Amino acid sequence: MIARLTDGVPRRALILLGLLLAALLVAPLVVDAYVLSILILILYFAYTGQAWNVMMGFAGQLSLGHSLYVGVAAYTAAALYVHFGLGPWAGVWLAILISMAFGLVIGFLAFRFGIGGVYFALLTIAFAEFTRVGFDHFTWVNGSGGFFLPVTQSEDNDPFNLRGDPVMFYYLLLAITALAFLLCRWLLTGRIGYYWLAIREEPEAAQTLGINVFRCKMIAVAISAGMTALSGVFFAFYYNNLFPEQIFSMSRSIELILGPIIGGVGSLFGPILGAFVLTVLAETVTELMHALGYDIPGIKQVFYGICLGAVVLYLPNGIWPPLRKRLGLGDRS
Amino acid sequence: MPPELVATVALQGILTGLVYGLMALGLSVIFGVVRVVNFAHGEMMTIASYAAIVAFGAWNIDPLLSMVPIAMLLFALGYVMQSVLINPFINRPEHSQFILLAAVAIVMVNGLLMIFGPDARNVLVDYSLDSIEIGPLLVDKVRVITAGMAILITAALFAFFRLSHTGKAIRACADNHLGALVIGLNVKHLYALTFGIGSAIVGAAGAMMTLLIDTTPNIGPVFTLQAFVIVIVGGLGSMPGALLGGVLIGLSEAMSGLFFAPSAKTMFGVAILILVLLFRPQGLLGRRP
Amino acid sequence: MSAAPLLAVEGISKSFRGLRAVSATSLSVPEGGIVSLIGPNGAGKTTCFNMIAGVFRPDEGSITFAGRRIDGLRPDLICRAGIGRTFQIVKPFKELSALDNVIVGALRAEADVRRARKKAEAVLDRLGMLDKRDQPAAQLTLPERKRLEVARALATEPKLLLLDEVMAGLRPTETDQMVAVFRDLNRQGVTILLIEHVMRAVMALSQQVVVLHYGEVIAAGAPEQVVRDPAVLECYLGEEADI
Repeated sequence: MIARLTDGVPRRALILLGLLLAALLVAPLVVDAYVLSILILILYFAYTGQAWNVMMGFAGQLSLGHSLYVGVAAYTAAALYVHFGLGPWAGVWLAILISMAFGLVIGFLAFRFGIGGVYFALLTIAFAEFTRVGFDHFTWVNGSGGFFLPVTQSEDNDPFNLRGDPVMFYYLLLAITALAFLLCRWLLTGRIGYYWLAIREEPEAAQTLGINVFRCKMIAVAISAGMTALSGVFFAFYYNNLFPEQIFSMSRSIELILGPIIGGVGSLFGPILGAFVLTVLAETVTELMHALGYDIPGIKQVFYGICLGAVVLYLPNGIWPPLRKRLGLGDRS
Repeated sequence: MPPELVATVALQGILTGLVYGLMALGLSVIFGVVRVVNFAHGEMMTIASYAAIVAFGAWNIDPLLSMVPIAMLLFALGYVMQSVLINPFINRPEHSQFILLAAVAIVMVNGLLMIFGPDARNVLVDYSLDSIEIGPLLVDKVRVITAGMAILITAALFAFFRLSHTGKAIRACADNHLGALVIGLNVKHLYALTFGIGSAIVGAAGAMMTLLIDTTPNIGPVFTLQAFVIVIVGGLGSMPGALLGGVLIGLSEAMSGLFFAPSAKTMFGVAILILVLLFRPQGLLGRRP
Repeated sequence: MSAAPLLAVEGISKSFRGLRAVSATSLSVPEGGIVSLIGPNGAGKTTCFNMIAGVFRPDEGSITFAGRRIDGLRPDLICRAGIGRTFQIVKPFKELSALDNVIVGALRAEADVRRARKKAEAVLDRLGMLDKRDQPAAQLTLPERKRLEVARALATEPKLLLLDEVMAGLRPTETDQMVAVFRDLNRQGVTILLIEHVMRAVMALSQQVVVLHYGEVIAAGAPEQVVRDPAVLECYLGEEADI
């Protein structure tokens, strides 16, 4: 069962992966606070992109509303902490369950009524928007005024309540990103992985081979939503403030999925590479504009948008698939 | 609540909804033929709105007049976008098209932000505050005029698709892409033409919108979503459907603003969308696929 | 026939928007038999298949498989009941390798991926496609894709195999190879119902032939007997049939 993770993986892929992990492990010891915050951002997008990829890259269901799962989970864990003093390690389970429930409801409605493709994507946007406006008026979590976690001025890290310095958050995020990578590899090389890919490619043929298409899609949504929930909880405790306007917004959903799309939809390392490339690109642009003295709001995003367009135009499958071919790293990496 | 007030608000909502419908009609036309969802639709509308604001600010041209050259400008923008950017993506998967148009949208929103800044702008013509009496009801003059224009433009477009040779050729493309190629239609040109027409429509709507609402760069994504809601509710590809969807959304916004909080208005639109997607995915006036 | 047939189709009909595609059609396939369904284009053969395979629910009539009513069941449940099928217009999982395509089928009966892979390799080998195992299905030729369809269906370990024009486009030698494969499979206990235009294969394989025309059965019986049937000859007049 565990051997499946490394079955058919070229040795050099394992070595490269090991080197990357080692580099990420020692990174906080050598980089400054600014670079560390960038690394956290990269891991955050890598992890969330991985979660989204389960649904789109594996099972072929385009969700443009993943901010819904981030937001619902973030609010759940934050509300449990603020109102009931329940720590994130306990709250995260409820957050995952609630996110999964949202995903399953959307999935059930869409897949039972045969909604797919663009229509499914719009349905996911619609639910995210619906929930956003709902939270705007949800006074228990202070509606559109924003919900804040208490920030204590303490020197010590408190990992049980996720109160502490960025290094703690960094290692936590590194751990869940690595675990998510392994989980996805495990799923993809298992029966369900084959079933998802079959459904993504030809749902009708998949069904003819005995696959319960509806159930497999539901599993994909549940896993994807559950994984995304974790990044929501992280978000809440890392940033300490939540605004429905921001966390549920469509642009947030888009931000989450750019990484895997740029990196390579359906690949395992794509979301990680994509998050790295995009975040570094965005930061470089900011720095560059700053250095050149162009501090006009919007200019960074314009440049970012142009780069994004260029990547989809010239690398239709993302950056990773052509790269892994050149490196000879096998087609399920 | 006095019935006159409810009726007035409802009528205003319907009139505004017609302009929304016109805006969404552009999206519907593009999707109906090219089969690409224009995720930069609201952003294109905002470009048109700013063009109207500039024309009014610099030369004092009424948006109802400037909408003609603005529509032509947007036509050119749409034509070029389709033939240069989108055409290579016609046979690519949906998520790939989506990312391309999302990138275009990001550039548009932030380009406008760079040029015009984040402040809200509008156009105040000398009849902006006039009202028209319809029986016991009192409605804004600009809303009546813009709603009338929306209906006129839709009718003209309908006639174009039904009667003109080019319009028929475009419909042939939409019905049967391969067949259109076989009989020798220049599909690439017709697609670009369609994208141009859809853009011209949203351009006209954007110019008129300056009379009704405040414009900021950030309303682009909001109206993209609004356009989706409207065309899905009305039926993607159906022209009367877009107007009907617009009216329904305009009405629901007005009513929720009256009976609940104005900030809850998008929730009702989205709720209608979800119900339609679930129970009549082809939309109210759409044909079953 | 004394024993109950493996597949018994009784009086099924199907209309599309008022157009009757299949009308009160009955046929039966004995356990261990090979039956061909032939007829001109548009005779309703594929519609029949689609009703057996669960794509459409028949408007009337019944379908019984191994003593159990299966009409109206979902396609995946039909597959689990022991019926494998191929599509006339092939539907490979394009981005997956040939082997992965077959593994998806093999996972129906074998949950362990490693063992499913072994089995899939064996099935590919049997259809002479082992050398293509790592090629993405999108890069295979049409005859290869047809064989891949068969391999995928076969990997689900069906008791009954529905083959929809798998010989079309094959060269005569390739057809003979396929015929040999099906004979071999049949000897090992797989019952086969095939739609076929290539009469060379029909004559070589079938124990029984059913002729469909305008949605109705116009003849049924042994192959030699059916091809001399005046009604059959008439319906094929003007049709190209290399009898």
